[in-house]
Amino acid sequence: MWLFKSSVGRKVVMSVTGLFLILFLTFHALMNAVAIFSVEAYEAVCEFLGANWYALLGTAVLAAGFVIHIIYAFWLTLQNRSARGDDRYAVTARPKNVEWASQNMLVLGIIVACFLVLHLYQFWAKMQLPEIMGDYAASGEEALELAFGCWWTLPVYLIGFLAVWFHITHGFWSAFQSIGVNNDKWIERWKCIGCWWATIVMLLFAVCAIALTLKYAGGYDCIGAC
Amino acid sequence: MENSISVKLKIWRQAGPKEKGEFVTYELQDIPTDTSFLETLDILNEQLVERGEEPVAFDHDCREGICGMCSLYINGHPHGPATGATTCQLYMRRFKDGETITVEPWRSAAFPVIKDLMVDRNAFDKIQQAGGYVSFNTGGAQDANAIPISKVAADEAMDSASCIGCGACVAACKNGSAMLFVSAKVSQFALLPQGKAEAKKRVKAMLQKMDELGFGNCTNTGACAAECPKNIKLSNIARLNREYISAKCSD
Repeated sequence: MWLFKSSVGRKVVMSVTGLFLILFLTFHALMNAVAIFSVEAYEAVCEFLGANWYALLGTAVLAAGFVIHIIYAFWLTLQNRSARGDDRYAVTARPKNVEWASQNMLVLGIIVACFLVLHLYQFWAKMQLPEIMGDYAASGEEALELAFGCWWTLPVYLIGFLAVWFHITHGFWSAFQSIGVNNDKWIERWKCIGCWWATIVMLLFAVCAIALTLKYAGGYDCIGAC
Repeated sequence: MENSISVKLKIWRQAGPKEKGEFVTYELQDIPTDTSFLETLDILNEQLVERGEEPVAFDHDCREGICGMCSLYINGHPHGPATGATTCQLYMRRFKDGETITVEPWRSAAFPVIKDLMVDRNAFDKIQQAGGYVSFNTGGAQDANAIPISKVAADEAMDSASCIGCGACVAACKNGSAMLFVSAKVSQFALLPQGKAEAKKRVKAMLQKMDELGFGNCTNTGACAAECPKNIKLSNIARLNREYISAKCSD
């Protein structure tokens, strides 16, 4: 199967899963924004994404997207390191036009993954997971209050958002390059669209996190946040 | 002399493919700034021979930027700090008086060191042999306009064909990927009618050979195109991906 065996195929997998995750983030950001305007509407969204068949199917596909993207990232990195050889350059310089993010995607991805673990623990493990298990599931507002009532949640989230921003500024145009949807004109366009997309989506996340922190600040002690 | 500089050359010395290498620093006095970098190495080698030491082995041939034989990773850049130029087109006026210049061989698992600064770039020949040609007789020159080719396609094919196969793309890439080279070679044919007949077979064969030889996966950092002495563009890699994906999907 060329999606495993060829270098281009492996990059196609990274590209398609990456674009899927960008799409997911966009919906996620829009749904978060609901919480700023109306708690009831947010509860309706949470209800919609509870332990019903379509939400569970969606969660499974999403999890598969993450897992495949992460496994391929490590696989590609290992192959690339061995392709580089055992002797490293004594002096290296980053040429102009080479983005810092493009050379540090794995590191950025690891930061994002660490943030993701915390995030899943604070929300998914308190909302959808107990519902599946038949235990008491927290409502959307309870989970928000618990997480954002703690002082360190906001700074940790902002670091996470920054890492995602860097990751997407390269990942977005790189995904189109990897599936061949690029040329001399579109390369700059994709870079520009990617930068705007990442900035708007991550700003939306940041605004929500800040607004919710202001709303719930000091509500809970930090032991309760986890 | 006002237009002369003294430099320290920190050069990678390695007796053979299996030997352990190390940096050795040599001092050179009063090098005219109009001396090319390779001539500077010639001056160093003359001094080494006079002293009864082993001269530094490095690749070179035409010394006018067209053969792709010279290499050298100078101060963190393949072919040195100049852009759009090979090492043989690099002059000492690029460097400061008293500067230490670090000179390393291309470092990639697919380009093993033969000696000192020379690496084995046969892997590129093998990729070319896998499909970088037209295997049938295209006949004599056609009448003008018999086969219409757009100016855009003709220009792009010509630009892609300007790749000299020096391997700077592999040397610059943190993944040791040969995608820029392969994409240029695939593009120069894929854009023209004579190359289209075998396009699918060619792209699959060349890419498979590239993967087999242990080159890395492209992560689109763009370092290859930024360092390419012939300014081969990144859009070639997108074309290679497109050609390969469509070839595989039509299998």
